[in-house]
Amino acid sequence: MGAEVVIEGLTKSFGNQAIWRDVTLSLPPGEVSVMLGPSGTGKSVFLKSMIGLLKPDRGSCVVNGVDIVTCSEAKLYETRKLFGVLFQDGALFGSMDLYDNVAFPLREHTKKSETEIKRIVLEKLELTGLQGAEHKLPGEISGGMRKRAGLARALVLDPEIILCDEPDSGLDPVRTAYLSQLLIDLNAQIDATILIVTHNINLARTVPDNLGMLFRKELVMFGPREVLLTSDEPVVEQFLNGRRIGPIGMSEEKDAAQMAAEQAHVDAGHHDGSGAEDLRGVVPQIEPTPGLPERQGARRRKDRVMQILHTLPEAAREGIIDSLTDAERARYNVRSHRRPPAASFRGSLHETQEIARLPRQDWRGASGR
Amino acid sequence: MTPGAAKQADFPGAGALRETGRLCALGLDVLVSIFRRPFQTREFIQQCWFIASVTILPTALVAIPFGAVIALQLGTLIVQLGAQSFTGAASVLAIIQQAAPLVTALLVAGAGGSAICADIGSRTIREEIDAMAVLGVSPVQRLIVPRVLAAMLVAVLLNGLVSVVGVMGGYFFTVVLQGGTPGAYLSSFSALAQLPDLWVSELKALVFGFIAGVVAAYRGLHPKGGPKGVGDAVNQAVVITFLLLFFVNFVLTAVYLQAVPAKGS
Ligand SMILES: Nc1ncnc2c1ncn2[C@@H]1O[C@H](COP(=O)(O)OP(=O)(O)OP(=O)(O)O)[C@@H](O)[C@H]1O
Ligand SMILES: [Mg+2]
Repeated sequence: MGAEVVIEGLTKSFGNQAIWRDVTLSLPPGEVSVMLGPSGTGKSVFLKSMIGLLKPDRGSCVVNGVDIVTCSEAKLYETRKLFGVLFQDGALFGSMDLYDNVAFPLREHTKKSETEIKRIVLEKLELTGLQGAEHKLPGEISGGMRKRAGLARALVLDPEIILCDEPDSGLDPVRTAYLSQLLIDLNAQIDATILIVTHNINLARTVPDNLGMLFRKELVMFGPREVLLTSDEPVVEQFLNGRRIGPIGMSEEKDAAQMAAEQAHVDAGHHDGSGAEDLRGVVPQIEPTPGLPERQGARRRKDRVMQILHTLPEAAREGIIDSLTDAERARYNVRSHRRPPAASFRGSLHETQEIARLPRQDWRGASGR
Repeated sequence: MTPGAAKQADFPGAGALRETGRLCALGLDVLVSIFRRPFQTREFIQQCWFIASVTILPTALVAIPFGAVIALQLGTLIVQLGAQSFTGAASVLAIIQQAAPLVTALLVAGAGGSAICADIGSRTIREEIDAMAVLGVSPVQRLIVPRVLAAMLVAVLLNGLVSVVGVMGGYFFTVVLQGGTPGAYLSSFSALAQLPDLWVSELKALVFGFIAGVVAAYRGLHPKGGPKGVGDAVNQAVVITFLLLFFVNFVLTAVYLQAVPAKGS
């Protein structure tokens, strides 16, 4: 099982510039978490503080009983071996080709023979779709390929904790989908604790067990994905839907005057940049590829979430209950208060005919249009 | 500032003190890491080769005119003082004790140190250093120690080279151009010069190589703000090294002159 990461009261500033303060959260062992946040809110700084590359002003980050913030150098290097980290730009060693880059941790930390190293490296390169490029230098491949090579290197020691800084930036939507699947499959196989930092809404909706968001120098929320996905918080809604209307501005915060001006533009019919539909709401999570073991993290999470269910907001509770199977609902002894979701109307032909004949007059009336 | 936040001392000169402290910390770290296994033999040899290749030619080219200048200057001065027979000894002592370690150090710092600083600096901004630390490998042990050791070794070897080239240049200028006698040159040489002069010369070169390597690495590890910062860091590394070298040279010379009695006195 992956290691748990418990972060308490972490605060970081550069000189006078506060980056974030009092961030408290814990990454449950073996679960996948995603951290969202507008550009420049300090997500990369957060990851670097978690692995001791930057020194927070105060707070603690405990992994396996070791506080990364205050422990000795030797202990820090020891603990870091549990981590696999993908940096925002891949951070490959420019003087080594991809093969040597991926082999580097193996050569440093294991006594494996070269043939064994070769097998593992080629396997990881294939996993990330880089077979054939192993003898290229990092300067000779595309940004997306660098990213994937960085991931391959992060995975090579089978880490207990995987941190990914924007794994999807620089990747096309198809590769991002593969990558999402890859991360979930990995989690199923090695039960690692995963934290992904991203702007990608689709990834945030479909991959994680837990979702958090950094904004205005604070952790806005962190908890089961359903909580953030159904949240009414204006920042969350704005961010998930990618619209200009809301508290997030081009530079981190907006003043009231600008918000009013933008609202006036929208009222006058100017498009606010978002898609047609509201992207909030709980969508099904990605499952491991058939044939792989069940995700232990997902099972533990289900138990954990059901225990705290009564403390969650109404909308999140509904989302969670809706996502359970009937058997699970019976086991946890919960019922949905809502009508079954729209998907259940998809059916065989004779049902469709009936629905087609009676176009649900009551619904139109009820919604008041 | 919120209470309990880590406060940094803030008075004039605090920044400079902090930098100095960190520089010394890195120096200590390097010293300790030298003895930590596994030693990076390959990196060390590569770096030796690299530093030697960028410094040998300029050093030789600088050493000849340097030896000549000292020989000429001292030659005329000593003739005025009426001590012609000691020209050889004087120029040899000046070259071996002062000129050779300094010329070496300036070239190791200027050519080798700047290359080390640029290399480490670009790795830092590409986050390679961070990545290495996160992979559980100490960048100091892995990258900095071989470079500092290489700078030290090359400095010692170059120092030998400069001494030889400088002494030969001095001989040439004194004997061939100024009409001195070869016999007087050589005999005064052995009358005043002694073996500790060579040792202290090599020791100086060793220390200068260490300083040049550590300062270059330190500036490279902490460039301010992106690629432009690397350029500035290289620049600063060279300037800081020069200042330090002349100061350390002064200290070492003073100590040596006190500690080792001059021959014949
Ligand atoms: N080494 C540093 N020194 C000073 N300030 C820094 C440093 N690193 C980051 N910052 C500041 O911290 C803030 C957050 O940076 P960070 O890179 O964490 O943003 P981010 O949330 O990862 O953004 P993005 O999504 O664009 O990657 C920025 O305002 C930046 O100026
Ligand atoms: Mg970032």
